[in-house]
Amino acid sequence: MNNPVLNVKAVCKDFGGVRALDEAELSVNDKEIVALIGPNGAGKTTFFNCITGIYTPTSGDVLIDPAAKGQAVRINGKKPNVVTELGMARTFQNIRLFPSMTALENVMIGTHCRTKASVWGAITRNKATREEEQAVIKRSYELLQLVGLDEFVNELAENIPYGKQRRLEIARALATDPFLLLLDEPAAGMNPQETKELEALICQIRDQFGISIMLIEHDMKMVMSMSDRIYVLDYGRMIATGTPQEIADNPAVIKAYLGEDDDA
Amino acid sequence: MEYFLELLLGGLTRGSIYALIALGYTMVYGIIELINFAHGEIYMIGAFTGLIVAGLLTMLGFPGASILAIALICAVIWSAAYGYTIEKVAYKPLRGAPRLSPLISAIGMSIFLQNYVMLSQTSDFLPFPELIPEFGFLKEYNSVMSSSELVIVAATILSCIGLTLFIKFTKLGKAMRATAQNRKMAMLVGINVNMVISATFIIGSSLAAVGGVLIACHVGQINYYIGFIAGIKAFTAAVLGGIGSIPGAMIGALVLGLTEAFATGYVSSDYEDVFAFSLLVLILIFRPAGIMGKEKTQKV
Amino acid sequence: MSNLTQETSQQSFISFFLTAGCDSVAHAVKKSFIVAIWFVFLTFPIMVIQVNTIEKTVVWHWNKIGYVAIAVFFGSFLWRWLLARKELKKDESTEETRIEGLLTRIQSHPLLKLASLGVLALAAILYPQVFDLYQTNIMVSCLVYIVLGLGLNIVVGLAGLLDLGYVAFYAVGAYAYALSNMHWGIGFWFALPLGAVLGTLLGLLLGFPVLRLRGDYLAIVTLGFGEIIRLVLENWGDITMGPSGISNIARPGFFGMKMSIMDSTIYMYYIMIGLVIFTIFCVNRLQNSRIGRAWLALREDEIACQAMGIDKMKTKLLAFALGATWAGMAGVIFAAKTTFINPASFTFWESAMILSIVVIGGMGSIRGVIAGAVILILVPEYLRNFAEFRMLLFGAIMVLVMVFRPQGLISAKRKIYKYEASNTASAANE
Repeated sequence: MNNPVLNVKAVCKDFGGVRALDEAELSVNDKEIVALIGPNGAGKTTFFNCITGIYTPTSGDVLIDPAAKGQAVRINGKKPNVVTELGMARTFQNIRLFPSMTALENVMIGTHCRTKASVWGAITRNKATREEEQAVIKRSYELLQLVGLDEFVNELAENIPYGKQRRLEIARALATDPFLLLLDEPAAGMNPQETKELEALICQIRDQFGISIMLIEHDMKMVMSMSDRIYVLDYGRMIATGTPQEIADNPAVIKAYLGEDDDA
Repeated sequence: MEYFLELLLGGLTRGSIYALIALGYTMVYGIIELINFAHGEIYMIGAFTGLIVAGLLTMLGFPGASILAIALICAVIWSAAYGYTIEKVAYKPLRGAPRLSPLISAIGMSIFLQNYVMLSQTSDFLPFPELIPEFGFLKEYNSVMSSSELVIVAATILSCIGLTLFIKFTKLGKAMRATAQNRKMAMLVGINVNMVISATFIIGSSLAAVGGVLIACHVGQINYYIGFIAGIKAFTAAVLGGIGSIPGAMIGALVLGLTEAFATGYVSSDYEDVFAFSLLVLILIFRPAGIMGKEKTQKV
Repeated sequence: MSNLTQETSQQSFISFFLTAGCDSVAHAVKKSFIVAIWFVFLTFPIMVIQVNTIEKTVVWHWNKIGYVAIAVFFGSFLWRWLLARKELKKDESTEETRIEGLLTRIQSHPLLKLASLGVLALAAILYPQVFDLYQTNIMVSCLVYIVLGLGLNIVVGLAGLLDLGYVAFYAVGAYAYALSNMHWGIGFWFALPLGAVLGTLLGLLLGFPVLRLRGDYLAIVTLGFGEIIRLVLENWGDITMGPSGISNIARPGFFGMKMSIMDSTIYMYYIMIGLVIFTIFCVNRLQNSRIGRAWLALREDEIACQAMGIDKMKTKLLAFALGATWAGMAGVIFAAKTTFINPASFTFWESAMILSIVVIGGMGSIRGVIAGAVILILVPEYLRNFAEFRMLLFGAIMVLVMVFRPQGLISAKRKIYKYEASNTASAANE
C-alpha cells in the first residue's frame, strides 16, 4: 500500500459565520486521477484555495508527501508560492493567464520557482544564466507542444481561443514541475470534441510525467470515464467517496444533485 | 488646563476641516475606487472663489454676514462645477482602464489645476477678508476659542448630519449606496450610474468648498498650494476611518486633527506634517482597512 | 482613380472629424457651443477676476473669456474625434504607430541598426564640442532625468508599483554625497557607489513594510514617506543644514586635476553619457530576464503569479530596491553637478515630474522613457517663454496621455523568443 501524496484531514473554513468547508477529508494517491464534484456553491473551489495556500484553513491539516514515502509535511498557512514550490500547481476556474504576455512567456513564468538566475546573472548574462534561459525556453516550448499550442507560441495569451487558453493554463502549471496537478473545471466552456481531447491530454500527462491529478469538474461523462476515484462535496461536507460506479449508485449523491440545475 | 483646552478646540477645528474634505475622498472612493487626487485642488478652488466673491462684495459695501453667505454659496457652486467637469474629462473616459490610469490622470489634473490657479491669480499668499463676525458671548473665552472655530465646528456638524440623512433617506442617497456596493448590479436594476457618480463628485466638491472658505476665514490667507497638504491630510483621515465609510471619514478626521494638535502642542511644531504622514504610513501598514472599514478578501 | 479615392477619404475624414460622437454637424456645433459656454462659466471667477483685498482694487480680464470660449469650442471637436478614434482602434491597439514602425524597421536591419547607433554615438560625443556651456548643462540635467526615469521605470513600468515618493531615494543619494563630502571630504567616485548602496538599502527598508499594500494605497504611502524624508531634511538643521541647504559640494575629480567650470561640465556630461548607457544596458537585460518576466507577470495578475510559485514580496522588493539604487546614483550626480542642494529640490513635484516622464514616454519602454525625458526636460528649456506654463502643460499632458494613449508615446515591446528556427534564443530586443 503506497502513501497518499496529498492527505487532507478535517479541514474547516469559515467566512464570518458561514462554514464553507466542514471537516472535509480527502486523499490523493500517487499517479491517481481524483475528481471532486458537487453542486454549485458546495465549496469545491474553496477547498482548492485552502489546500493551495490562497486561504488558510480555519482548522484541520493539509499534509503532502511528494515522494509518497510516508514523510508527510503539513502545509496549511503556507503562502501559495511556497505550496507551488513544494509541488502542487493549479489552474483557475476563471482563467487567470497573464493576458499581455505571449503563450511561451506564460509557460516560462511557470518555471520561475525551479530556476534561480539572479539580478547579477541577468545583468552580466553569464554562462549559467544563458544555459538556464536556454533550458527554460526549450522546456516551455515542449510543454506547449504537448498541449497542442505550438502554433500560438508567440501569440499574446489574450488573443488565444478560449478552449486553448485552458490548455495553456495546464502547460503553465506543468512548468512548475508538480507532483500533483490541481485543475479547477478544466472543461468548462468546451464543446464535446474539445472535452474529449482534454480528457486524453490529462491521461497522457499522468502517464508521461507520472504525477497525480485532482480536478473539479461538472462534466459527469468526463469525470466518470477518467477518474480513479471521486469525492462528492455538498454544503462543505464530503458526503461520498469511491470509484465512479460506487458514486453513480450512491443515494446520498443522487439526493444532493436532485433539484439542481443541469450540472449533473 | 487652558492650554489643553486650547489644543483640544484647535484639534477639533482642524479635524472638522479635514472631515469636510475627507468626505469627498471617501465618497468617491466608495463609488469608483479612485483616490481623487485632485480633490484637494477643489478645496483650494473653493477658497479662491470665496475670496474673489468676498473681495468684490466688500468693495460694493455689503454687510459682513451676507458676504459670508454669498461667498459660501458661490464657492459651493463653482467647486461643484469643477468637480463635475473633472470627472467628465479626466476619469469618465478611463472607466474600465487599469487601476493606475485614473490615478495618474488624477495626479495630472491636480498639477494642472494648481498651476491654472497660480497663473490666473498669483503665486503669493493672498489675505482673506475676515468674514466671520466676533460673537459677543464668546468674548470671555476668547483665549480658548475664537468665533471662527465655533462656526467651523458647527458647520461641519451640520454638513455631516445633512449628508448622513441624505445618504440614508433620499432616493439618490440610496442609489449611491447601491452603486458603491455593486456598480454592475446597480446598473442592472435601472440606476443611472453615470448620474450617481456625477452627484457624488458634486456633493463631495461642495463639502470641500465649504471647508475651503471657512478655513480661509480662520487662517486669514490662502495660496494655490493649500490644496495639496490639506488634500493629503484629509485623505489620511479618510483612510484612518476606513476609506469608503462616511462615518469613518468623520471619526478619522477628528482623530487626525486632535493627534496633530496635541503632537504639535506638546512635542514639536516643526514636525507638524511629519506626524500626519507618519500616522498615514502606520495606519496603511498595520490596519489598511481603517477604524470603521472592513477587510476585503480577494476573490479567486 | 487613386486621386478620387483620396479625395473621398479626405472628405469622409473631415465629416468624421466634425461629427465624431454626434448625429450631425449641427448637433456637433451645438454640443461644442454648450461646452464652450460651460467652460466660460467654469473659468469665470478664477481667470477673469483678480481681486486685491488690501488695496481694494479689482482687475477684470474680459479678453480671457474669448480665449477660453474659442479654445474650448474647437478643442471639443478634437476631443470627441480623439475619443471616437480611440474607440474605433480599440481592437488594433497593438498596432504600431509610424514612429514605432520606423524604430522597429531600423532595429531589424543589423546594418541600419549599427549605422543609427553610430550616428547617435557620434552626436553624443560631439555635443559638448559643438554647443556651449549652457546647452551642455541642460543636456546633463536631461541625462540625469533619463537615468531617474529609467530607474523609476523598473518600479512603475515593469513591476507596476506606483511609487510617488521616488524622489526620497534621489534626495538620500544627494545628501549622502553632500554630507560626506563636507565632513570627510569623500570624493565623487567613492560617493557614487555609496549613493547606490544607500538607495538600495533605503529601498529595502521602506519597501519591506509598504509593498504588501494594494496599488493605490502603495502610491499614497510612498508619497507619505517621500514627504517625511523631505520634512526631516528641512527640519533636522543640525545635520542637514535645514532649508538653507549645503553648498560648495565638490565636482567630480579627474585624477586630482584642476578643471575649469567648462571642462568639468563637459566631464560631467561624459560621465552622464556613460551612466545612461550603463543604465540602458542593465534595464534592458533585466527586463528580458527571468526576473523581468516575473515583474511583468506580477503586474498582470498577482494571484496567478503566486500560484505559479513566484514570491510576490521578494519580487516586488527587488524592483523597488533596484529603482532606488538608480535614484541614489542620480542623487550623487545631481549634488556634484549643481554643487548646491537643499530640500526644495526634492518635493513631491519632482517625483511627479519623473513619473510623468515614465508615463508620457511609455511605461515599461526604455525608448519611451528616453523620449519622455527629452521632450519634458529639453522642450521647456528651449521654449523659455513657456517656462511658467511648464507644470500646467505637464498636468494637462498627463491627463491627455492617460485618456487617449495610456501606453505612452512609444509603447513597450515584448521580446520575441524564437525556438523553432534555431536552438538558441535570438531576440529582437528593444
